[in-house]
Amino acid sequence: MRLEALESIGALPLLWVTLSLLAYALSRRLYLRLRVAALHPVVLASAALIAVLRLTDTTYETYMQGGRLIEFFLGPSVVALAVPLYLNLQEMKSSAPSLLVVTAFGSAVGVVSAVVPALLMGAPEAVVLGLAPKSVTTPIAISVAEGIGGEPALTASFVVLTGVLGAIIGPLLLRLVGVRHPVAFGLAMGSAAHGIGTARALENGRLEGAAGGLGICLCGVMTALIAPLLTGLLL
Amino acid sequence: MAFLLVFLLVGELISSLGVVLPGNVIGMLLLTAALALRLVRVEQVSAASDLLLDNLAFFFVPPAVGVMLYFDLIARHWAAIATSIVVGVVAVLAAVGLSAQLLLRRGDRKASSTGGNKI
Repeated sequence: MRLEALESIGALPLLWVTLSLLAYALSRRLYLRLRVAALHPVVLASAALIAVLRLTDTTYETYMQGGRLIEFFLGPSVVALAVPLYLNLQEMKSSAPSLLVVTAFGSAVGVVSAVVPALLMGAPEAVVLGLAPKSVTTPIAISVAEGIGGEPALTASFVVLTGVLGAIIGPLLLRLVGVRHPVAFGLAMGSAAHGIGTARALENGRLEGAAGGLGICLCGVMTALIAPLLTGLLL
Repeated sequence: MAFLLVFLLVGELISSLGVVLPGNVIGMLLLTAALALRLVRVEQVSAASDLLLDNLAFFFVPPAVGVMLYFDLIARHWAAIATSIVVGVVAVLAAVGLSAQLLLRRGDRKASSTGGNKI
């Protein structure tokens, strides 16, 4: 590939943004047709892009000249979560105190249950800290990982794997332990498996989906608050 | 989109003053408060919010590609990583599902015994 020609006109960022968008759009179309959770668009698209980078001997740093332009939108996306947070809180005003208690508890369980097994099995600190915020939505998880000294790129892939696993086993596991309440179901899916789990919860009903959205927002805030404290205590 | 960026900027500024929360999370909380206080109307931000949240997965493709830098690390510690992910998912699902059901059912009962349950 004649990348030098593009580089000389300053079009390399454009190249990588375009390839990222193409990879994502195709992956999404495939995913919507096949409906296999393990083939999540982010998994497929990033695998395809890594293959392209390897084949063209391109470094991650070069790719990120374009990648950064896409990644930028994670920041405003977190702020955008205020809209579903506000609307869902309005809808479930009466249970708001319970939901706050539950998501604070769930966030603490999320950090401890991710960190302790990894520590016991001898994973290095960079991996352990990358795992700590993996249950929450990617943009918040990345910020939290940066804050506690973890590696954002590791966290991003752990978050996606966590979401995919949660979406696959969540409904079965929740039925096994006897969770029938629709709000409890959605909240658990959003808390354990962020957006990917919430998309699955939405298939069960609108109330489940709204509760999942609340789980994403509240657990994101709670985890951002308590992850630095808990990892400081555990490490 | 301007509203979202302004709140993000304010959040980042507050975060840089030494608040533990990331700037984007502070921005989200401030915007939620502004919506609740009617300082900002939902219609003023919903179009931009929908646009971003509908495409959220695309924005984390670049960080996910960054995993290519850590293949060796992951290959060495895959068992610890897999255990942590499985244990974490199961623990959070059960903890949140069961505790939420317990508290919400109690709330539902209380509401229905006073005859004020609208749900």
